[in-house]
Amino acid sequence: MAKDQPPTQRGPQEFEQVLEESASEVASFEVHDSSPLARFHHFLHANPTAAPVVVLVVSCLVFGLVADNFFSAFNLSLIIQQVTIIGILGAAQTLVILTAGIDLSVAAIMVLSYMVMARLAVQGDVPTLLAIVIGLAVGLACGLFNGSLVTRTRLVPVAVAVLTWVLLYSFGMPILYIVPLGMIAGVAVGWFSFGPALEVRLPPFIVTLGAWSIFFALNLWYSQSETIRSQDIDATAPLLKLFGVRVEILGAQFTLGSFLMIGIFIVLWYALNWTAWGRAVYAVGDDKDAAELSGIRTDRVLLSVYGAAGLICAIGGWAAIGRVGSASPQSFYEGNLDAITAVVIGGTSLFGGRGAVFGTLFGALIVGVFRSGLKLGGVDVLWQTFAVGLLIIVAVAMDQWIRRVSA
Amino acid sequence: MSLKPVMTGRGLTKRYGRVTAMDRADFELYPGEILAIIGDNGAGKSTLVKALCGAVQIDEGEIRLDGEPIHFSSPMDARDAGIETVYQNLALSPALSIADNMFLGRELYKEGVAGSVFRMLDKKRMRDFAREKLTELGLMTVQSITQAVETLSGGQRQGVAVARAAAFATRFVIMDEPTAALGVKESRRVLELILDVKARGMPIVLISHNMPHVFEVADRIHIHRLSRRHAVIRPQDFSMSDAVAIMTGAKEAPAEIALPEGAVLH
Ligand SMILES: Nc1ncnc2c1ncn2[C@@H]1O[C@H](COP(=O)(O)OP(=O)(O)OP(=O)(O)O)[C@@H](O)[C@H]1O
Ligand SMILES: [Mg+2]
Repeated sequence: MAKDQPPTQRGPQEFEQVLEESASEVASFEVHDSSPLARFHHFLHANPTAAPVVVLVVSCLVFGLVADNFFSAFNLSLIIQQVTIIGILGAAQTLVILTAGIDLSVAAIMVLSYMVMARLAVQGDVPTLLAIVIGLAVGLACGLFNGSLVTRTRLVPVAVAVLTWVLLYSFGMPILYIVPLGMIAGVAVGWFSFGPALEVRLPPFIVTLGAWSIFFALNLWYSQSETIRSQDIDATAPLLKLFGVRVEILGAQFTLGSFLMIGIFIVLWYALNWTAWGRAVYAVGDDKDAAELSGIRTDRVLLSVYGAAGLICAIGGWAAIGRVGSASPQSFYEGNLDAITAVVIGGTSLFGGRGAVFGTLFGALIVGVFRSGLKLGGVDVLWQTFAVGLLIIVAVAMDQWIRRVSA
Repeated sequence: MSLKPVMTGRGLTKRYGRVTAMDRADFELYPGEILAIIGDNGAGKSTLVKALCGAVQIDEGEIRLDGEPIHFSSPMDARDAGIETVYQNLALSPALSIADNMFLGRELYKEGVAGSVFRMLDKKRMRDFAREKLTELGLMTVQSITQAVETLSGGQRQGVAVARAAAFATRFVIMDEPTAALGVKESRRVLELILDVKARGMPIVLISHNMPHVFEVADRIHIHRLSRRHAVIRPQDFSMSDAVAIMTGAKEAPAEIALPEGAVLH
């Protein structure tokens, strides 16, 4: 067709031509000075840990006025010791909740891991350090099990683990060794990502609810429902109690476990705020489809998050032996709920993508301060629990309010 | 001289259960051109470009990049090959900042031990780069580069997505309705940006419902109708109303697929 009579004129439309004369300076945003409430809202939106810090400080002040020995070095260090284990479980839970998931099996993973450590070291012929490493590997395996079910459902590693159990059991190997060996075999196979995936993604709530029962049953089978006593641990494997060792600073007693907890929080804070992995965790929790389209391998991120959570729970298990003294398969039954409580009070949103790991530390401390303060004030345990319940509801209501961007 | 296509698609088919979103669609993009894709709502334009950039896995058909058969199993693969996409739904993470969003999945690390061992992000370098790119787009009406994307207006978000694609593409850019939410002035900027990108020698696939814009910038127009390619025309040869008539089936499609000068199909 002839090019000299174009039916369409190229170039800007007539109404667009005035744009050339339009103002070209870069517009500066005018902040319409808003009400104090709106500014407060904006502040909380930008600083997710602000609210728990304020609550923590205020509650400390109030309890300090009401109960005279609240501020004693003894009481404060007791609070920190009491929140150590829940703080560590909460740190693991925070990771998972940031991805808009939930892990109901954190406490079960912790108990199974420390039972493996304690039984191998005390009743088996395994050097304590190796027993601890195996216990950590078991925690990692449990976390990866959850992670694989919420991503692409690879069943081959699980099948390998179970097959290893059956095989070793029929060879007459004691259960003591069978359980961890099978799980490590499963992780090893999964590492090389053998086997097809079902390509179904199961909801984390259901997966980890099931996993909680599975790990709990596994734990009872493994431990034969027997507690490993404190004196046996002292006699054969004192290293297990490392995190129960006390150090005195300024008249207050701290356990190494408290430092471990704070160390875990610092490492996670760094990983979440200063590495690409951290950005990916937030992005996946925020909007998984958008993250995938932006070029994040969301399944890998989720798998790593659940795996890391399992590993952190196992580290918490080591600390728990030091804290409790013995290793009982029936302990920490309420650990799951306490950990979720710490996360929620700490301002991390259950809908994912929002929150900060240090909020969970403050959340755990708030619960500890409330329980301790009310106890010193002579309030019945049942009202302590009541108060914690109220705190949770207030925290969730706050979260909903903060999430409304344009108030 | 023969001009070979950058990317071709042959017989691309995608089914969602009983819905066939794409039915043996063909596609080709040549070096240095702006290829517009027009079509009714639900014609399958987005499905086509998502298949090209790895966001959707095709059931049948073949995609070639520079003549070689290629399979993108995820958008990351396409991105690694230098193909950047602005999705119709933008694909930004609302709670992350503008800078974080631009560098999602391709973060810059600090130099030295901090970066190589501790994988520490170089936030400052990323912020500076993001600010520079947004300023080029004339989109600095944002308060700060660290503000969360959810606090931006729809048009500002679109600007961020466009700036991200234009800044990082090395092979070609796909834009699915990049001006749909933009104001008159901002749309104009995006069109200028598209022409800038083209001037850098980079081809662009542009999906748009805005006929004047399509006819202004496109070198060729791919008309999608009923889940497949219906025609490819040159804007010089047809009027806007002809194009709309072909697109809606009111007019017969021209028999011949329009090609750039000196181009060969295979
Ligand atoms: N994920 C999906 N699941 C089921 N059907 C889908 C999906 N994505 C697209 N479709 C269907 O495929 C068809 C084509 O959709 P597509 O988004 O490609 O259209 P489009 O040409 O981009 O339309 P628009 O101009 O409205 O953006 C539609 O009928 C749609 O219902
Ligand atoms: Mg579309």
